[in-house]
Amino acid sequence: MLRLFPILTLVFMVGPVTAGLIGTFLPSFGILPALGGDGASLDPWRALLAQPGLWQSVRLSLFNGLAATAISVAIVMLFCAAWQGTRIFRAVQRLLSPILSVPHATAAFGLAFLIAPSGWMARLVAPFMGWDRPPELAILHDPLGIAMVIGLVTKEIPFLFLMTLAALPQADTERTAQVTASLGYGRITGWFKATLPRIYPQIRLPVLAVLAYSTSVVDVAIILGPTTPAPLAVRILGWLSDPDLAKRFMASSGAVLQLALVLIAMAVWLSAEKIIGVLGRRAMVDGRRLAHDGWLRHVGAGLAIIAVGAVILGLVVLFMWSIAGFWAFPDILPRNFSLRLWGREFGALGDSLLVTLMIGVPSVLIAVALVLGCLENEVRRGLRRHKAVMWLIYLPLLVPQISFMFGLQVFFTLIGLERTLTSVVLVHLVFVLPYVFLSLSDPFRALDPRYGQTALCLGASPTRVFWQVRLPLLTRAVLTAMAVGLAVTVGQYLPTLLIGAGRFATVTTEAVALAAGGDRRMIGIYGLLQMLLPFAGFAFALLIPAVVFAKRRGMGGMGDRGGNNAT
Amino acid sequence: MRSKMRRFVSAVAVAAGLATTSIAVPAFADPAPDVGNWQSVLDQARGQTVYWHAWGGEPRINEYIDWAGGQLLERYGVNVVQVKLTDTADAVSKVLSEKTAGVDDGGAVDMIWINGENFAAMKRNNLLFGPWVEDAPNFDYVDVKGKPTVVNDFTVPTVGLEAPWGMAQVSFYYDTAKLDSVPKSAQALLEWLAKHPGRFTYPQPPNYMGSTFLKQILTELVDDPKVLQQPADEVDAKKVLAPLWGYLDDLQPLLWRNGQAYPQNGAAMRTLLADNAVDIAFSFSSGEVSSAIDAFELPDTVRSYVFDHGTLGNTNFVAIPYNASAKAGAMVLANFLMSPEAQLRKQDPKYWGSDTVLAMDKLPSDMQKAFADLDLGVASLSPSERGTVLPEPHPSWMSLVEEQWQKRYGVAQ
Repeated sequence: MLRLFPILTLVFMVGPVTAGLIGTFLPSFGILPALGGDGASLDPWRALLAQPGLWQSVRLSLFNGLAATAISVAIVMLFCAAWQGTRIFRAVQRLLSPILSVPHATAAFGLAFLIAPSGWMARLVAPFMGWDRPPELAILHDPLGIAMVIGLVTKEIPFLFLMTLAALPQADTERTAQVTASLGYGRITGWFKATLPRIYPQIRLPVLAVLAYSTSVVDVAIILGPTTPAPLAVRILGWLSDPDLAKRFMASSGAVLQLALVLIAMAVWLSAEKIIGVLGRRAMVDGRRLAHDGWLRHVGAGLAIIAVGAVILGLVVLFMWSIAGFWAFPDILPRNFSLRLWGREFGALGDSLLVTLMIGVPSVLIAVALVLGCLENEVRRGLRRHKAVMWLIYLPLLVPQISFMFGLQVFFTLIGLERTLTSVVLVHLVFVLPYVFLSLSDPFRALDPRYGQTALCLGASPTRVFWQVRLPLLTRAVLTAMAVGLAVTVGQYLPTLLIGAGRFATVTTEAVALAAGGDRRMIGIYGLLQMLLPFAGFAFALLIPAVVFAKRRGMGGMGDRGGNNAT
Repeated sequence: MRSKMRRFVSAVAVAAGLATTSIAVPAFADPAPDVGNWQSVLDQARGQTVYWHAWGGEPRINEYIDWAGGQLLERYGVNVVQVKLTDTADAVSKVLSEKTAGVDDGGAVDMIWINGENFAAMKRNNLLFGPWVEDAPNFDYVDVKGKPTVVNDFTVPTVGLEAPWGMAQVSFYYDTAKLDSVPKSAQALLEWLAKHPGRFTYPQPPNYMGSTFLKQILTELVDDPKVLQQPADEVDAKKVLAPLWGYLDDLQPLLWRNGQAYPQNGAAMRTLLADNAVDIAFSFSSGEVSSAIDAFELPDTVRSYVFDHGTLGNTNFVAIPYNASAKAGAMVLANFLMSPEAQLRKQDPKYWGSDTVLAMDKLPSDMQKAFADLDLGVASLSPSERGTVLPEPHPSWMSLVEEQWQKRYGVAQ
């Protein structure tokens, strides 16, 4: 029975991706009978290659994806190297969950409202510069996509930071740091030479997921990215929604090209890893201490704080817009405030929250059950996690959504499941599973096996050990995984819309639909509302163990935090 | 490792097997309504749920749709659910993907708010149900004579496949607190912009509003506008479009951000005007501008105007896909939307502010009076201020102009 869990989990994750990719691949070679595409042909590819500016779009996707990933990784590594084990490190750590619960689009809008030529920063300096109209600066939608890269970096840093935090304990970093320090290495140098090589293999897959995401991102690219031309994924979406239905063929070719692009980006990244590895090996043993790295430490802290601060400040500006009356440039504050729009939207909010939970709760529960089953199976049968399996778990995060979602829509229609709650939950599960797995697997594997062994010796059955020993010990980890999973399902736009045929109006689909109207007040309101559920989820994940286990140190109550610090 | 690999392969095989076998069973087969017999349509509609796919970017419009849904439930026992779209083409896409999968009955989309290219594409691909519109009782009130676009959607005859819902006409707007005089023709706009570089832009085609601006210019500059009523491939399109490209070659460098970036849609353009980044913007409905003032999006000193030689106007419609699950319900809804009562509320800027498709002289006198008594809002143009309504070109022109625009200006540098 338990053996079924890994198979089921894989089917749920890999099945939809594969089916979707087939549904995209066939039309890209002219096969789509409903539109009269019956025979294999290369015409869609010819049409795609003839698109003006195609190579510029490709270049933008590739370079921006690589740049955003490289910058995020660099900042996270630098920050960890410079500040691990300090107070500022823990402070940033504490801000992590709330920031992770900010959806990408919300963070991007916040950033846009902050840095646009008519944004809040420009308003702050306007009196000194004598601006009475927004400066003619190409800050947003700049041709090189710098704004887009910044937007991606601010949101990827928290994710990579979280993944690094999970990896740190396994590398015995505290003692490594003591050893390198006693040998006279600078903090950063010591970390890069002794800790990084042990950490990096563990965060490689999350890094590649970030790379795949950044190379194929749609929402952030629309809000912040260049438009003449836009990155490839945005243009594919445009072709897919072109009234000229013949463009669907070309869009499918584009989606296949997008997949290839992600693979190329990964190949580039992995080659760069190799090169840095070779160079790094030499540097590792060259004995240079580089002890005077104080300035670099401050650069690391500065960059991390700017990234985190940009998200928080962006949220503040979003909130100000959500209650603003008419707000002219260059006024720093609106002339008057109004809660009228909030009042109106709050009335309609209940339904969409309910629908969001209706989809989110089953997805998260199924995902957690499957992942626990897989992990328990692993523990009982003494299996070691295999590299290939980890790649499969990451598959839904490595394949661009736009490359398989439209094919998947056809697939669900074929099996008669389209626009049912089942199919929407299934498609959410594809994206929830990997994150739940990532978030739960480390704590599960890190659990001291002696608890289980003791219980077994006392005569408990393996099932009882799971329910009465392992699961209670993992309460906090399970709740955190649920919160992560909930944040993922709440954020899904394209899958909810396409697979649910628009019949499942979640907070996010409502937000995106209203954002199409372009009113900054509505964007502010829905951007903040979108955060509500994930934020509540993370808060509960912290509060429940604190309350339930208030009197048990080390059981995930607040007690163990103090315990850690005391040692 | 090997056994895991085998497991993976079998999982993929299961998925792929499912992908190629169709086991689709239409969930709710709905017999085609007897369109000639309205009472039978009403009977069939009772108890149905109509999923109406409509752009959802404007809270006021969503509220109006919500109101119409409430009325329908009360009067005819029909449930209405708005599926809020960011782009009408998403609904077209949905119907298409169902046709791909062989779902010819019990489809997800019961009604679409539609016009222009989307309608032309659906009609061409036989994705629409009908004809049914002329059998809807309230169609009798529609102003077919005075507003020929109610049966010709971008010159394409609607042949009873879509019901007219609202009128739209391009109008420009500006802040009277900042500008004293405004350019009222294509040529005047170019001259004005030469003096005020960077103070105007248009949404990036193929956005609907951006393409509309190009068509407006084209209609004004072309020697004989009648040629635009024919499909582009039947005439010397290159010659027809030459004046447009000549004009744009001069205009582009003078645009906001030198034409290196564009607002993505009409709403983004409105934001630019609100931020004083441009001086003139345009919309498809002057009532919308009044609404925007009311929602604090624009200063209350903004006013609308039209070009001296007229501006493009068209009609928007509702249509029923060929595989809709609730065709009778959708027909009853469409019929209600054409009723004097629903149209009156729609024209009232308190609720929406979109022009009626009805002929005043066909209405009962109390309704005529109600329409005449409407307060249209500060930035709305009354019918007498609107000047000539220019007809939309055939949809093929829009496709051609968008495609060439993308080649010429869509790739900066």
